[in-house]
Amino acid sequence: MNKILIENLSLQYSDGTESLRGVSMGIRQNTVTVLFGPAGGGKSTLLRCLNRLNDLTEVKASLGQILIDGENILDPKVDVIALRRKVGMVFARPVPLPMSIRENVTYGLELAGEKRKSKLDEAVERSLKLSAIWDEVKSRLDEPAIALSGGQQQRICLARVIALQPEIILLDEPTSGLDPISTGKVEAALLELKKEYTVILVPHSIQQAARTADYAAFFLQGELIEYDDGKKMFTTPKQKKTEDYIMGRFG
Amino acid sequence: MMTKFLSRNRHTVQSLGFSFITLIAIMTVLPIVGTIIFIIFKGGSAVSWEFISGFPYDGMRAGGILPAIIGTLYLTIGTAVFSVPLGIAAAVYLSEYAKDTRLTRLIRLAIINLAGIPSVVYGLFGLGLFVLFLQFGTSILAASLTLSIMTLPVIISTAEESLRAVPQAFRTVSISLGATRWQTIRRIVLKEALPGILTGVILGLERAAGETAPILFTGAAFFLPRLPQSPFDATMALPYHLFVISTQVPEMPIQIQYGTALVLLVFVLTMNLIATVIRSRARARRQW
Repeated sequence: MNKILIENLSLQYSDGTESLRGVSMGIRQNTVTVLFGPAGGGKSTLLRCLNRLNDLTEVKASLGQILIDGENILDPKVDVIALRRKVGMVFARPVPLPMSIRENVTYGLELAGEKRKSKLDEAVERSLKLSAIWDEVKSRLDEPAIALSGGQQQRICLARVIALQPEIILLDEPTSGLDPISTGKVEAALLELKKEYTVILVPHSIQQAARTADYAAFFLQGELIEYDDGKKMFTTPKQKKTEDYIMGRFG
Repeated sequence: MMTKFLSRNRHTVQSLGFSFITLIAIMTVLPIVGTIIFIIFKGGSAVSWEFISGFPYDGMRAGGILPAIIGTLYLTIGTAVFSVPLGIAAAVYLSEYAKDTRLTRLIRLAIINLAGIPSVVYGLFGLGLFVLFLQFGTSILAASLTLSIMTLPVIISTAEESLRAVPQAFRTVSISLGATRWQTIRRIVLKEALPGILTGVILGLERAAGETAPILFTGAAFFLPRLPQSPFDATMALPYHLFVISTQVPEMPIQIQYGTALVLLVFVLTMNLIATVIRSRARARRQW
């Protein structure tokens, strides 16, 4: 079942760069869908469309629509706050907010009006466990999040998103600054997450794409070149360009 | 042989250069240290509890300067009441909401120029607008408003700078977690920028506390036998009092002049010290 349906999406930034050209794809519920390809392909732009974070950027023109559960989220009348709670995002560089570990996790919930301490504590434990960091931080939840290592910070950022109980989680190269062990932990968390959430990942390497993808989409210069089952894509790609990229002939 | 000579020569030139720079650095400290020592030396003997807590008498040639101290305190508080909320609001607007349009560029230009206006011009402006046109009379209210206008550019520009120094990524993350723009500003940006803003506020108010010209026509009194009772009363104030007893009163004991200067200096330097403490504490605690 398609959770998200992207129809003929095009987007051009104010500085003239064309970031997406006529992209159409459906994204299935409870899967990890990987968007990969060389830099400047439009992967991040597409992610930022899905939670309307592009509203913060100067966008010149955008066409097409994105349906999430049948609702066009690019409609100006859409409640973007509710949308962003439903579609969470983890960024490439871990950015812990300048507060304690606990406060980082409860930040979004408190904004949403949750005041009951029991609910907040419950959310902290649950989301830190799902992000595979509970054991490392449970004894020091009130210490500043910045004191953690980069890999730990990134998992706090993931927990912060999970705490909001979103339906979709977007990850934009979440392991690009992390060591292999931390990367492994984050990837393991992703596989756990897809049981409950729809996960869309921009991987930081083709290997990561191959390891994690249920479905994979190859983007090149704003166009969706190929979109298929992950296993097929990384063993027998249909398009020449996809094959060349996967084989490392360019990119 | 030759290289050895050259390297030693270079070394000499370098230490000469360093000595020269050190000398210049010391010279910049000299005036402030010199002023403080000189004023303590000349006026220290006049400062006593009676001097700080008493009223002047005998044509201000004897007694204390309590009304001037209280007056300066009132003026500083009055200035803060108007300039702090307005200045921070303006800075938040400029840093967080305003797009780069012709209007905002005009606003910035106005703020920069406001900072360059001579203080006596503010005084005349305050006389025209607050004292005469709005009929506040020569009063604490009119003087505070005049000082506020003078203080605003300092507060706005330091506050805007502190707000801009808060990393953009905090804002993006906060928005992505379902915060509105205002929630982001209130919970993250303002909180992180607060120490910087406070420093600017104190430095601005410190300048207001020490100014004579803006209050000359708008709120300062030559001599008052009692403390001001309402914002519509005129008041004595330390800088103006210092001007008066130094130039307008014949046979004025010199210790009282320097004593008054010392009290004003302590008042202003204490504010400066508070600002420095806030800044260094915040720096130690900052998480970015």
